[in-house]
Amino acid sequence: MNLFKLSWKYLTFRPLSTGLNVFLLALGLAIITVLLLIQDQFEKKMNQDAAGIDLVVGAKGSPLQLILAGVYHIDFPTGNIPMDEAQKLSRNRLVKNIIPMALGDNYQGFRIVGTNYDYPALYGAKLQDGKLWEKPFEVVLGAEVAVKSGYQVGDEFLGSHGISVGSHEHDANKFIVVGLLERKGNVLDRLILTSVESIWYTHDEGGEVESSDSTANYEEHQAINLQESVAISGFPKSAESRDLTTLLIQYRNPMAAIQLPRLINSGTSMQAASPSFEMSRLFELLGVGITLLQGLAVVIIGISGLGIFIALYNSLKERKYDLAILRAIGASRGQLLLLIFLEGIMLTFLGAILGILLGHTFLWVIISQNEQGVVGSLQSWIFLKQELWIVVYALVVGVLASIIPAYAAYQTSIAKQLTKA
Amino acid sequence: MLFESRNLKYSHPGQQSLTFPDITLHPGESMLVLGKSGSGKTTLLNLLAGLLKPETGEVRLAEQNLAAMKGQKLDLFRGKEIGIVFQKPHLLAALNVKENLQMAHFFGKKKGQNIEQLLEELGLGKKAKSSVLTLSEGEAQRVSIARALANSPKLILADEPTSSLDDENTEKVIKLLKTQAAKIGAALIIVTHDHRVKAHVPNFVEVKAL
Repeated sequence: MNLFKLSWKYLTFRPLSTGLNVFLLALGLAIITVLLLIQDQFEKKMNQDAAGIDLVVGAKGSPLQLILAGVYHIDFPTGNIPMDEAQKLSRNRLVKNIIPMALGDNYQGFRIVGTNYDYPALYGAKLQDGKLWEKPFEVVLGAEVAVKSGYQVGDEFLGSHGISVGSHEHDANKFIVVGLLERKGNVLDRLILTSVESIWYTHDEGGEVESSDSTANYEEHQAINLQESVAISGFPKSAESRDLTTLLIQYRNPMAAIQLPRLINSGTSMQAASPSFEMSRLFELLGVGITLLQGLAVVIIGISGLGIFIALYNSLKERKYDLAILRAIGASRGQLLLLIFLEGIMLTFLGAILGILLGHTFLWVIISQNEQGVVGSLQSWIFLKQELWIVVYALVVGVLASIIPAYAAYQTSIAKQLTKA
Repeated sequence: MLFESRNLKYSHPGQQSLTFPDITLHPGESMLVLGKSGSGKTTLLNLLAGLLKPETGEVRLAEQNLAAMKGQKLDLFRGKEIGIVFQKPHLLAALNVKENLQMAHFFGKKKGQNIEQLLEELGLGKKAKSSVLTLSEGEAQRVSIARALANSPKLILADEPTSSLDDENTEKVIKLLKTQAAKIGAALIIVTHDHRVKAHVPNFVEVKAL
């Protein structure tokens, strides 16, 4: 028998009150844990996915939408841009590299991205199996897509028009899987990569049904040569005027950051947006919501602290006799003080551990509900250093809630208590 | 001389001061403290246990003056050398029978008596693991006696230990107190107004309110 065990026995002697207080505290701490985890991973992931992309160029519209669609593949594209205008831009000496992208199709919610080899190279992607695309309609699957669809190299599937599930299928040409990418934990995991030509040819087939936001135009096309190799860098070759959706640009020097966006926004029919600028704007907007949630968590923690205080204080009234008995069998005032503090601290420590586990479980549930979104690529069982601070906060709550009850225990007069009966 | 109290005086706030008769006891001896209710019997017991400080006088147990001790030292001395049996058992409800006795060892910082053996002797061998809430009144009082004996104290103080017990249990409890006190060579002081106890202990002092 020791003080720890005695405190523990007292806690488990009142399981409902103890349980309620632990749970309330855990709930508050769980919210904070989830916020911590999401904020940390989201920012990291956002920065990782945007690394190496200095500027995104697309049709006029919302710059944030352009970034979300072009870099993170979560929003709808703003529209199309003519390729000859894009090619003009690539001749600008401020541009180091330019990656063309054609969007607009999906397979079961996973986006099909028409681009060149520079795009996977930008993220340092490695092939797990097979090779990169060489001919029209050859595709490479991101790791997540491969797992979810179960496709291997050599399998064929039909893409659907639009970027969400449930649109009509392009049934004229089947995509054929030629490669699978290694899992890198970035945006490529959720994408299906192919050549820009594949996207064009898909939309050429059923010209009349297409809506105007697709990447195709509806003139008469030359016969498609499916055996012809596609462009692996730079812009695809085309005899007619074709459209693209977005361009990812790398600057040649810092001067470009000042001149290029202005040049594009005022001198062309396209718009340019900087991922880092737009994302910090987005986080600023989200910040209000995060602050609100944090406030809510603090209120819940405060209430649970009050609950612990009331529970300790009430149980102290019932226990004044017990405390007097403990004094009578040799316990000092200091030991009783410690006993009450230990109870508060144990209670909050349990709450902290439960809260952190609960937070990770919440996140896990959120992730498993959103497998194709950005949230789907978060990790629920990563533990951060800040979580130790959560334990510290909880213990501070425990100590604060126990101060008054512990002092009352310290002050208890044994003789008075024992002769009251 | 094992135990001795001299010239004890105490006054509750706003009341007349009480003067108590002197008590002297050798190891194994027992004594009753008699008196009407309200005469200050329990106050005397609190003074003897070091739970209250007397205004004058001294309480000597094994060559030590309790009245001069303070704080942690007094608490520890009480835990080691004085066993107190209260009017009601006052067992710790969160613990089982055995754990209640272990608390005495822990706070008294003393190995004392073997708990299983002690419970066996008091006829509680089978109850060691029971919750104290399941005990009858008589059993609970015997457990509280076992707790008082657990550290083999030199002085056993009992405050009306039989007031809520029937005749059979009263006899059991008093016999237990006497035999156990004799066995460990402790002095025994029982505060009571219960005539059933007087038959067992011939020595007594009387506390009179002035």
